This record gives sequence, structure tokens and C-alpha cells, in this order.
Amino acid sequence: MSTVLRSAGLGKKYRRNWALSDCTLEVPAGRVVGLVGPNGAGKSTLLNLAVGMLTPSAGEIEVLGVNPAGPDARRAHVGYVGQDTPTYAGLTVADHLRLGARLNPGWDDALARDRVARLGLDPTRKAGRLSGGQRAQLALTLAVAKRPELMVLDEPVASLDPLARREFLGDLMETVAEQQVSVVLSSHLVSDVDRACDFLIVLVDSQVQLAGDIGDLLDTHHRLTGPRRDEATLPSDQVVITASHTDRQSTYVVRTDRPVLDPSWEVGRLDLEDLVLAYMSRARPGRPETTRPTLEALR
Amino acid sequence: MIEFHLDGRSGVSPYQQLVQQVRRALRLGLLSEGDQLPTVKDVVGQLAINPNTVSKAYRELELEGLVAARPGVGTFVTRTLTDNTLAAHGPLRADLERWLAKARRAGLDEDSIEALFDSTFRSALREETA
Amino acid sequence: MTWLTWRQFRVSALAVLLALAAFAVVLAVTGPQLADLYRDAPDDFFSRLGLDGPKQAVFSIGTALVYAVPAVLGVFWGAPLVARELEAGTHRLVWTQSVTRTRWLGTKLLLIGLAAVAAGLLAIALTWWCGPIDDAIRGGHGDNASLLGVPRLSPVLFGARGTLPIGLALLALAIGVTASLVLKRSIVAMAATLVAVVGIQIALPVLVQPHLLDPQVTKATFSVDTLDGLMAGGPPGSAGSTIHEIRVDLDEPGAWELSQTTVDPTGKTVDEFPAWTSDCGGGPPPEPGSASGPGGMEKCLDRLNAEGYRQEMTFLPASDFWTLQLLETGIVLAAAVGLTGFCFWRIRRDF
Repeated sequence: MSTVLRSAGLGKKYRRNWALSDCTLEVPAGRVVGLVGPNGAGKSTLLNLAVGMLTPSAGEIEVLGVNPAGPDARRAHVGYVGQDTPTYAGLTVADHLRLGARLNPGWDDALARDRVARLGLDPTRKAGRLSGGQRAQLALTLAVAKRPELMVLDEPVASLDPLARREFLGDLMETVAEQQVSVVLSSHLVSDVDRACDFLIVLVDSQVQLAGDIGDLLDTHHRLTGPRRDEATLPSDQVVITASHTDRQSTYVVRTDRPVLDPSWEVGRLDLEDLVLAYMSRARPGRPETTRPTLEALR
Repeated sequence: MIEFHLDGRSGVSPYQQLVQQVRRALRLGLLSEGDQLPTVKDVVGQLAINPNTVSKAYRELELEGLVAARPGVGTFVTRTLTDNTLAAHGPLRADLERWLAKARRAGLDEDSIEALFDSTFRSALREETA
Repeated sequence: MTWLTWRQFRVSALAVLLALAAFAVVLAVTGPQLADLYRDAPDDFFSRLGLDGPKQAVFSIGTALVYAVPAVLGVFWGAPLVARELEAGTHRLVWTQSVTRTRWLGTKLLLIGLAAVAAGLLAIALTWWCGPIDDAIRGGHGDNASLLGVPRLSPVLFGARGTLPIGLALLALAIGVTASLVLKRSIVAMAATLVAVVGIQIALPVLVQPHLLDPQVTKATFSVDTLDGLMAGGPPGSAGSTIHEIRVDLDEPGAWELSQTTVDPTGKTVDEFPAWTSDCGGGPPPEPGSASGPGGMEKCLDRLNAEGYRQEMTFLPASDFWTLQLLETGIVLAAAVGLTGFCFWRIRRDF
């Protein structure tokens, strides 16, 4: 399958608010996709739609080629770790593995037990007694051991300390290296996305602001600094993302496929955080450019 | 076996850092012909980075002829970068140690030593390339 | 899925089933003793039973248990079923494994439903145990003074006998799961389920039970032996002391009396008794020689009979017990099926 997730005009409405609107995406297989955006932007909604926990109010979504909320959803091929990595507090680690084995036809028990041993999880311990990081690892084990084609992770490291977070992500990357699995991972930490992901989706105020291969995106976006100039004077192939001016100087973030040859510009490369912030500030017009949007670098 | 580390603030892309670290290890003799590089799995497990980053770095090293991938086994060093400068390393290290002792006796702390070395190194570089 | 259902359910299940099984053992042990008691002296049965404290306790506790079972199952087995998963967020874990939500719910309802039927079997056991008592009542040896003498067909005991408790248990389970899905929080769902189940257990005998079968009607004559009570407007001889109401014993052992009313010779309900009945009333002892008094009562009733007045009584005979049981169980099961259908529809929607 070349596309793991496809959506067209996808929207979800709760009472009178659209939590997600006009979402059109095509996510290629074999990638680690980072879904970023501030809290409340619609990331969880999109992921819940992707695993069939919600049904669309508008548009459609296909995961692994089928409607995830429909009768032939390929649930056995999608591994999901929900927000706050829920586990059954009263069930032991071993019970959780048995749950995975009984409820999944493609369950790889050797892989599961090996992971648990390697992670140092006591099989007889109840999940309620595990630390946050261990619970996240258990939830990840359940998702990994069913040998899915796609893994969907909703802010799995949000409430973990930095060490647990690093271990979880390292573990996830190992799984990606070993198995042919695509990953969609949502996070409000751009630093994690920077390390782990090669495809980016930016979601702000319930809409997709940007989607694409990270390498391509970083190659095609530039920061132009130079003497003050009006936007209209820029060549047509340069799409302005953000603009800021002092009385003498202009700074633009532009997107273009062509090289920037104008010698009056100092051309700089953006890092991922700059890129995401640029699109986030573009999404919220009317706010002064100097106001920092609510994306945290570190919680 | 060497171990990689990433400096998130160096401005150098992760895959470039990996390439540089392999080259440095080769130059310093930490890696010799026939040695195995850490597997992609081990590297990403430790650094929590995308496997493609490591693959890209290893591919570039392979293009430079420094390593070769053996499918199913791993990536191995085929050529070292040690050259005759290795002989000079000993005396140079001794000189450095003497200089460091002098700097300490003069009362410089670690940060000052590093800053002094850094600025001298960089201005010397600039003069060389100018 | 079977394993998971059992693993999550086992404590709840065992707590209830073991308690009920323990009581079933008590029934099994004391049942034959009760049967012997009846067989040895049917006429004396109730007076001997009146002295047997333990058997009376078994009767009362058993009836109370069977009445409690539906609410307990609904509240502790049904209401937490989905709500607990929603509160803990574990629905995101278990519904994204490879089983469909329909299969998840179906397996759970099937297994818990079977356990509910098992719990409900206590009612069958109790009905069997009460066999001698019910036989005694139907044989006319009944004692109306205590609960023991109440026919099993009457509303007080009907809901704790036969198959109806099994149906109620399943309905309570369905109510619990429905509350779980709609209210989404365990405590709230448990409270709502309790209110609903108890409400139904009260409403059924009052609103539904009387209308399911056509009652039999009988017209009885009046006599001092069968007179149950008489109400007059005042002491005999005074103004306005005509009879307001007469009550008569129904001579149908084991039957459930629905209503009785005095009718005149044409069959119409009597609104006002004739004026001469003012001398009938049971007030203070009469003056010697006057028309009223104990002897006067008998004359009064004879005159009512002679003038063609009768007491019309509607009732369901004891033989209707199982028919009524099956009808009501059927209704209750149909409601349970309806609610279950709703649950299967709801589980597939957004959460």
C-alpha cells in the first residue's frame, strides 16, 4: 500500500464547533509522520477518526485503503496508543499480553514477551502499579506485537519525564527500523518530531496548515532578510508565509521550488521549529507577529 | 564499537553529525578496517532518531568508500582515514597537556580554557582559509 | 474475548453467584424437611410452621434475595460494563484491538447474561422450596394472617417466584448496560439503574399484572361465616347508618383477588344500600330486643340474599400462576431485547 492515510475534506463537528475542518491529506507509507499543533488544534480528533473511534461529520477518510469506522476496517493492521496510554489498572502485565494474544490474530507472542523482558517489566505487576513510562511502554508493546502496518500514537509521551520520553521514542524508532511499519505520531513538542519524523503535518485551529516530507519542506522554505521591500515586489513563485518589517528591514519566510537568486537577500535555512512556528503564526492573522504562539518547546 | 551522540544545537544536521563522527573515529584510530559500525537499530534505539537518518549517513559513508554494507549482517569499515599524522598525535597531546597545566596554574577555569581555545582555533582557521 | 470477559468479570460474578449458591444449599437442605412437615400433617401445617423460626427465616430471606437479585445485577454487573471502560479510557485500548465493538459487547452480554440466568435460577429453587406451602394454601389450609399464607399468585410474592425473576434479572442487566452507554459514568449509571429496576419491580404488579389475563368472575351470597367486614355510616339505628361497603372472603384457595363489589339483582354495582340496612351495622352491643345485634346481622345478610344482592368478585385462580408467569416474563424479556438492540446500535457510534 503506498498511502497509509488518505482524507478528503474531512471534518468533525461537536455540537456547534468544528474540531477539524476541511482536512485533505495523503500520507505515504513507510514514514514516521509527525502531527504537530497546539493543544485543541484537532490532532486527537484526526487520530480518533483515523482509528474509527469517531465518525466524520463531513468528508471522508481512508486508512490502509478502507474506512476505519466501517465494517471492513483493518483493525488488525493498525496499532493504536491513545492519549495518556490507557491500560487496565487491575490487570497485570502478563494479563495485558494475554489480552493482546486473544484479541489479535496476528499477535507475535515471542516479540511481546521479549520486549517485556528487555524493558524490565515485571509480568506479575498490575498495570496500575507501573510508572507512567512503564505504562506507556506496555501500551506500545501491545501495539507493536500485533505486527501492524501502521501505528497511530496520540501524544504518547506528553506526560512522561524526559528520560522516559527518550526511552519510549528510542524504542519506537527501533521498532520502525526492525519492522516495515508506518507511524503517525502526534506531539506538541517539535523537538521530538525533529528527531524522529520524516513527514510533517501541521494542524492549527482545526485545519491543516502544512503537510509534506520534512526534507523537502526544509529545502523549499527560506528565510529572506534584506532591505525593506513590499510583498508585491517578490517574484510570483515565492509564496510568502510570514512577513515582518522594521522601518528599514524586511524579513520574509517564503516557500519556493526555485533557488533564490536575488543578491539583495540574505537567504537562511529554517529549522523545523522555525518552520512550524511560521505556519502557526500565519494561521492566526490579526495577532501581532511578536506574540509567541502557544507551542511549547519543552513541557 | 563506537557510540554516537547528537548535538541538537550545533546547527549541523543529524545525519551529517553521524558522518562526521564516523570520520573522526576513523581518523583517531578508534575504528579500523573490519570493525562493525553500530546497527541502525542500536543507533536509533539509543538516540531516538529516525532510522532513515542513520541509513542516509551510512549510505554517504559507503559512497565515500569508507564502509560497506553486508545485508543481514551489518555495516563494516573498509578503509581507515588514519594517516601519518597519527605519529604526531603523541607529542602533540603531550604539548597540549603542558599547556593545559599552565592555563590552570594561571587560574583559568574550564569555561575560560574552552573559550580561549575556541576563539584561538577559529581565528586561526579563518586566517588559514582567508 | 471470552477470556477477557471472564478476567474482568470474575470477582463480581463470584461474589454474587457464590452468595446465591450458598443460599441454594440452605434451600436444598431445608426443602425436604418442609415437605415432610406438610406430608405428616397437612391440616396442622401452618401452625407448626408458625413455630418453626428457621423455616420462616428461609422463606423471608429467600424472597428478599430473589427480589434483590435484579437490582444487584443491574447495578453491579450491567451499569459498570461500558461506563468503567469509558471513565478509565480503556475503551481506546480494547476497541482498537482486532475485535469489533459488536463482538466485544456481544460476548460480554452473552456471558454476563448466562450468569444472570444462573442467578435467577434461585427463584426456581425458591418456588420449588415453597411447594409445600403453596400446596397447603391451595388445599384450603391457608393461614391469611402471615406472609407465609399469601398465595404466590398475589402481587406481593409473584415477582419473587417462577421465571419472572430471571426475566427481571436480564432486563435489569439490559437497563444497566443502556444506562452505562447513555450516561457514561459509573456511579450515575448505577444510581439510574437502581431507580429504574426498583421502579419496574413496583410498577409491574400494580400496572401490568392485573391486565394480562381475563379474570374469572363469581357471584357469592352473603353469610356470617364468609363476612370479612362491613362498614356503615354510623351506629345502628342512627341517621345515615346504612351500609357503605361489605367485604366477603373469596372462597378460592390460592387465588388472587382483583376486586369485589356488591351488585344488585340486575347486576349493577350498588351505590347506595337500601335504607333498611341501617339496622344491620356492627356497632356497640344492641339493646335487648331490638332488630340489630349478632342475630340481627344474620337476618340482615339473609335479607340481602333474598332480595337478590350478591357480592361480585373478580379474581385469577391459582391455576393461572404459570400462564401469568410466562406472559409477564415474556413482556420483560421483550423489553430486555429491545434495550439490547439499542445498545448494539449505540456502541457503534462515536465515543
